[in-house]
Amino acid sequence: MGLQRSEEELAGKSRKAQLVQVSKNYRSVIRACMEDMHQAAVSSRDPALQGQYSTQVSILSAMELIWNLCEILFVEAATAGPLLLRLLDWVRLHVCDVDSMVREVLSSESPSKHKLFWNVVDVFVLQGRMDEARHLLSKEASANPASMNMYKILDDLMKKMPVPSLGNTQTLTELELKWQHWHEECQRYLQDGTFASNPHMESICKILLGDEDAILEKKELMTTWYHFLVTRLLYSHPTVKPMELRFYAQSSMDLFLGGESSPEPLDLILMAAFEFEMHQVIKECSIVLSNWWFVAHLTDLLDHCKLLQSHNLYFGSNMREFLLLEYASGLFSHHSLWQLGVDYFDHCPQFGRVYLELHIERVPLSTEQKALKVLRICEQRQMHEQVRSICKIMAMKALRNNRLGSALSWSIRAKDAAFATLISDRFLKDYCEKGCFSDLDLIDNLGPSMLLSDRLTFLGKYREFHRLYGEKRFAEAARLLLTLMTAHIAPCSFWMTLLTDALPLLEQKEVIFSAEQTYELMRCLEDLTAGNPDKQKFQDDDVETTKVEMLRLALARNLARVIVKEGTVEGS
Amino acid sequence: MEDVSAKFVSQKISRTRWRPLPAAALQPPDVFATGSWDNEDNRISIWSAGDLGNAGLNGEYHGEPHLLCDIQHNGDVMDMQFLDQERIVVASSTGTVTIFRHHQNNQTLSADHRWAKAHYHVDQDTSCGGAACTGVVCNNPEIVTVGEDGRINLFRADQKDAVRTIDNADSSTLHAVTFLRTTEILTVNSIGQLKIWDLRQQRNEPSQIFSLAGDRVPLHCVDRHPNQQHIVATGGQDGMLSIWDIRQGTMPVSLLNAHEAEMWEVHFHPSDPDHLFTCSEDGSLWHWDTSTNVSEKPSFLHQGGRSTAYLSHSTMNQSVVSAWLSNDPTKDRMEITNLIPNQTLSVNSLDVLGPCLVYGTDAEAIYVNRQLFA
Repeated sequence: MGLQRSEEELAGKSRKAQLVQVSKNYRSVIRACMEDMHQAAVSSRDPALQGQYSTQVSILSAMELIWNLCEILFVEAATAGPLLLRLLDWVRLHVCDVDSMVREVLSSESPSKHKLFWNVVDVFVLQGRMDEARHLLSKEASANPASMNMYKILDDLMKKMPVPSLGNTQTLTELELKWQHWHEECQRYLQDGTFASNPHMESICKILLGDEDAILEKKELMTTWYHFLVTRLLYSHPTVKPMELRFYAQSSMDLFLGGESSPEPLDLILMAAFEFEMHQVIKECSIVLSNWWFVAHLTDLLDHCKLLQSHNLYFGSNMREFLLLEYASGLFSHHSLWQLGVDYFDHCPQFGRVYLELHIERVPLSTEQKALKVLRICEQRQMHEQVRSICKIMAMKALRNNRLGSALSWSIRAKDAAFATLISDRFLKDYCEKGCFSDLDLIDNLGPSMLLSDRLTFLGKYREFHRLYGEKRFAEAARLLLTLMTAHIAPCSFWMTLLTDALPLLEQKEVIFSAEQTYELMRCLEDLTAGNPDKQKFQDDDVETTKVEMLRLALARNLARVIVKEGTVEGS
Repeated sequence: MEDVSAKFVSQKISRTRWRPLPAAALQPPDVFATGSWDNEDNRISIWSAGDLGNAGLNGEYHGEPHLLCDIQHNGDVMDMQFLDQERIVVASSTGTVTIFRHHQNNQTLSADHRWAKAHYHVDQDTSCGGAACTGVVCNNPEIVTVGEDGRINLFRADQKDAVRTIDNADSSTLHAVTFLRTTEILTVNSIGQLKIWDLRQQRNEPSQIFSLAGDRVPLHCVDRHPNQQHIVATGGQDGMLSIWDIRQGTMPVSLLNAHEAEMWEVHFHPSDPDHLFTCSEDGSLWHWDTSTNVSEKPSFLHQGGRSTAYLSHSTMNQSVVSAWLSNDPTKDRMEITNLIPNQTLSVNSLDVLGPCLVYGTDAEAIYVNRQLFA
């Protein structure tokens, strides 16, 4: 993620250092995983599980090996001199089969008498660890004064060996010259037969000269062909340029394997890397590794180094995006890693958003809290359709569970007027059936959300009417009732109920409705009854017709009273 | 702030809680519990915060938290609270409430007691109608839980069945609950209402309802001031922090625009209530510090008492004002600091005790800060 964010950083040398840092971070993550896996493997008692963990460890170490090489060759793009140093480090870091042997010899009391002593010295020489080799040799020399002379010469040669330096203190040509000179000196000593008496020292001298056969003899100590490659380069072409690596690599592999075994996938990947065929590396890795993590992140890193030419695939996006999309889609199928997938999709400029829209709707929403998190993700990216659909799903669930308040709060979040209407209808239905409101705490406290849908407003106002009636504020209640009917907020099916509610107000001892209002009521009633088709079944309408008649009577009586009252001089 | 130790666990953390200290303890808390969510296999874990043996030169504690024990938990951990030194109550997304016991001699956890269908939906279509239990609060031995089914349950730690259940206490989801007094609880719900329930009364109605003025934004968390019981803080879905005075009026006293996304938890510091902590979905954790106001008002006045003219920002010494109620951004200074330097995913939970803060995030990490007020 940090890599994506640093896209605005300055280019040039500092950028390169940053990319190298990022690459190192990736590698340390891989190493940490390896450590944990190793711990798990060591501590688990089930042999099958142990075997599984061990294979994981080996896969992870192979991944780190490849990544490290890519870092050296591509990200850091080491040039001729330092390249060799980096490759030496790489080998030392990764070929650690010999470490136990080294430890054994070093910790024994008289190392020079140990049978593996010369092996260890050879290992040091092969890996270019001159100081350590010389240290061991000095022990041998002190134990065996007869070969003191030989030792001194060898020691001297080792000390004087020119190595490329990291800083710019010497140019390549200088290095070449010095090396040539040193090489000739070694040659001279060998030909003089200085080391003839001690075969070990002689072979060391031959190695120093870069004699391939001598180096090949130590095959078991090197264990891999790339170790052989680096050693060869160290002692014959220390100023190797990156582009020349491929020739040496190919020949090293052939020499090392000697035709007895065919190259393994790992070898092919490394070979592709040496040949600077980045696409090949990625292709091979994707075939071999089952998880997309490695290739996706490596490609992304290389892309940031501006090394991958945009390679248009059939689907129109470039390779980096394709791999990232694959990886992120994989994340979404995981029960908890979907949140990370979101970030990945965000950074795929072409198809990321579409993929995200499709995936985010399919995240299973088991609790409200998870739904809220998903909604927040959608809202931050202005995915309004997804917001609406998720809220609708949650609201439907709530409705089915009879949680009308929750359903309402979800539809408010989505600003979904249609759903709010649905919920209000449900409330009104409940009222008609039960004669009283359920969930008064909700309806009483609707607040400004009442305006979301007409039906909801009606519900709120109707409840207010009931409240006013309960508080005996009849005049206001009457006015409200009338507005509800005349402003057409009320649904037609509810008019009858409203008129029936008006009955007790009409029957009150004191006159509440004015003449105007009574006329309005009568008009509403006529509208209602006129609208009813005659096809209505008469048994249902017994109650209805009685109601209508009662209403007509009450309205007429009220009208009479109010005309009288308004006509009298005192007023009301 | 430099003393934050992080630990990456490979599970998203939904709750972190410090184990309470025994009454006379002087040392800072060192054990905390976490619950995970969104895994197929969720776990409750007990951790020890940092290695006490590794005290550096200035007595700082280094080392990351290490796991003492854990146990599998069915469903997401929605809420968690320590009942006492050894037992912890956990609310699950399956509607189950469980008490786990931490055996300190051999460092194991075991399930002590379980109320299986504490929260459920009555739905003819689905077979298992479990509803998530969203909040739990304890006051040993009583435990109160609330859930998505709008139900409030009162349990006692030693009894098998619920002591009392208020069905359909709310038509919407109840998000959080806290004790106001020993017999009264406060709940917040998803239509922006704060309700007080008196448990001594038998009727199933709240004794008081408060709501926000404008939009009915769902409220997610609630906490009461440790000393002054009339001051309550709530956090909403839009990241707004509201301070309420429940003796007066039905609307919040102050609304503070805090986070950009849902505020998941709000906590007053238990021993230093001038400090408030909030954490949010937007990945930030804010520390609200009103103690700079103390210089204007004498400190002994914080012990409760009459507050007369709390709306007028008088500096008259006889009016007892809590820093939280008299919040005028132009006059009073309140320091707000974000404790997370680079925020990525949501901070789901925090807990603060003494000088120590622990918080857990969706980025699968736990952070412990042991020098909060340094």
